[in-house]
Amino acid sequence: MVENVKELLKLHEGITHEVYLDNENSSIVPQEVVDAMLPYYNKKAYGNPTLTHKPGWEAFEVIMNSFQKIANYMGAKILEEITFTPSETEANNLAIMGTAFAQKSKGKKIVISEIEPINVLQVAEMMGKFGFSTTKIPVNNEGFIDLEKLKEAVDNETILVSISAVNNELGTIQPIKEAVDIVKAKNPQTLFHTDASDAYGRIPLNVQDLKVDLATVGSYKIQGPRGMGAMYLREGVNMERILEGQIGTQKLWPGVENTPLIVGFTKASELAFENFEANTAKMRTLRDKLVDGIFNELDDLRFNGPKGDKRSPDNANISILRCEGEALTIELSLKGIYVSSGSACSRRLLQPSHVLVAIGRRFSEAHGSILMKTTRSLTEEDIAYVLESLPTAVNRIRGIVGSTGVD
Amino acid sequence: MSRIPLPYNPKVMDLFRHPKNLGKMEDATVVAVAGNPACGDMITFYLKISAQDIIERASFESYGCAANIATSSIVTEMIKGLSLEAAWKDITWKRVTDEIGGLPSVKFHCGVLAVGALKRAIRQYFKEKGVAAPEWLPNEHTFEEKQALEEEELAKTLSKRLKPEAEKQS
Ligand code: FES
Repeated sequence: MVENVKELLKLHEGITHEVYLDNENSSIVPQEVVDAMLPYYNKKAYGNPTLTHKPGWEAFEVIMNSFQKIANYMGAKILEEITFTPSETEANNLAIMGTAFAQKSKGKKIVISEIEPINVLQVAEMMGKFGFSTTKIPVNNEGFIDLEKLKEAVDNETILVSISAVNNELGTIQPIKEAVDIVKAKNPQTLFHTDASDAYGRIPLNVQDLKVDLATVGSYKIQGPRGMGAMYLREGVNMERILEGQIGTQKLWPGVENTPLIVGFTKASELAFENFEANTAKMRTLRDKLVDGIFNELDDLRFNGPKGDKRSPDNANISILRCEGEALTIELSLKGIYVSSGSACSRRLLQPSHVLVAIGRRFSEAHGSILMKTTRSLTEEDIAYVLESLPTAVNRIRGIVGSTGVD
Repeated sequence: MSRIPLPYNPKVMDLFRHPKNLGKMEDATVVAVAGNPACGDMITFYLKISAQDIIERASFESYGCAANIATSSIVTEMIKGLSLEAAWKDITWKRVTDEIGGLPSVKFHCGVLAVGALKRAIRQYFKEKGVAAPEWLPNEHTFEEKQALEEEELAKTLSKRLKPEAEKQS
């Protein structure tokens, strides 16, 4: 199998332009971020921050500064409210399991939306093993949660509600503030968690304004290194650890703190937030050019998710009818353009993206869907290259489909 | 909902990039479809069959992944010049998978579907011709045909689970 990859990569030789748009699934770490991280492997602060020697104290200092910065960017009150985790997957696991176990005497009901990322969806479902039940709130055809249904779903046994601030596939910006008010009005004890991985660095986010109890953010989603995320837990809320081991600077996550990754995530956050307006404006401009260009060039398309300011500025999700998504991602890769698809063929269980199904897309629409996210590091030339190459790629795959895919 | 690495081999990639016998055949003797656009995996086979029941030409269209495209293409190559009997007996999904140099296990079904479509086309040929099926053609469905049926059933069940909005869209 690995030999195959060698051959596969060879097919990409001679590519003149590469455009990475699969920022949903990983990202390119800017050199500045890498440069900021490297000294922490072997030049300084390589110690364990809980030990009484210079490299340890150096690590302690830089980690504390990072806690403070991430707390500021998220709008947390104090740095103790932040826990670094190996990614948003672990942060979501901790948020759900950790609160559920700590609150179980108050009730055993969890409420999420139908379009949560799988690291929320499957964790909530897994909690069934421990006697918890999960209710999923439906969404409309743009991915907005049904607030009425949310209100109905919460009762005095509901211990946790978890709804993403921005949906990772559709870019839908949820009315979190309203949702929190609705939930707290029905049950002030219910905790509210939001996976803000796709909001952080893309839309204004402040956990105190939103009045959420817990929030998740992730590093690679803002061009930071993979393998780092953070969870916000409002001061005073009870939570249990879900992993045991040596506790260091943070009581909710054991193990030796990964100083270089923490530094990288912090640096990536700085870069995202120091020019927040300009950065997000650029994402939006490039995204709009990309989407408008594709709609100009091709017919039989569906735009997935909302338009306008209720959509995160980086997200583009388009269904290309009569075109199979997995085949298209390969065709595009051979041209140096990297995207992902919600096609059933690209999944282990051969079922299309649950998010696209939840907004009422037919299977054949989900089948040709591609997800792209812009970053501030992309250029106008990159978008021009995509617009120049994509129609040829789509037309070739549509040519293979012929009349077969028309239902 | 999770993903799986798919390191396609060079032969699959080659047939994906340069599929042989692609496209509708205007003068096809028989056309058969397997799969369902709802679940995405769908293949159309076009066969030109001589009076002596020899497959003179075969072509395909595919609404599926790279493995689906490549296996369909290779089947059209493998059956060219074969008698219907030989095509029926010799072309199994295992042979097709071997011929293509192996597939990731999650993609086996794409090859199965290609062979299912072929078997369906052969069956249909005799039906349309209005002659009794030859004795080598069993009444019972082969593994590949059963799989194709199963996949089509699954597509129906999945579509039923769709939301009402989906019905409204065209
Ligand atoms: S056609 Fe869907 S997985 Fe191959």
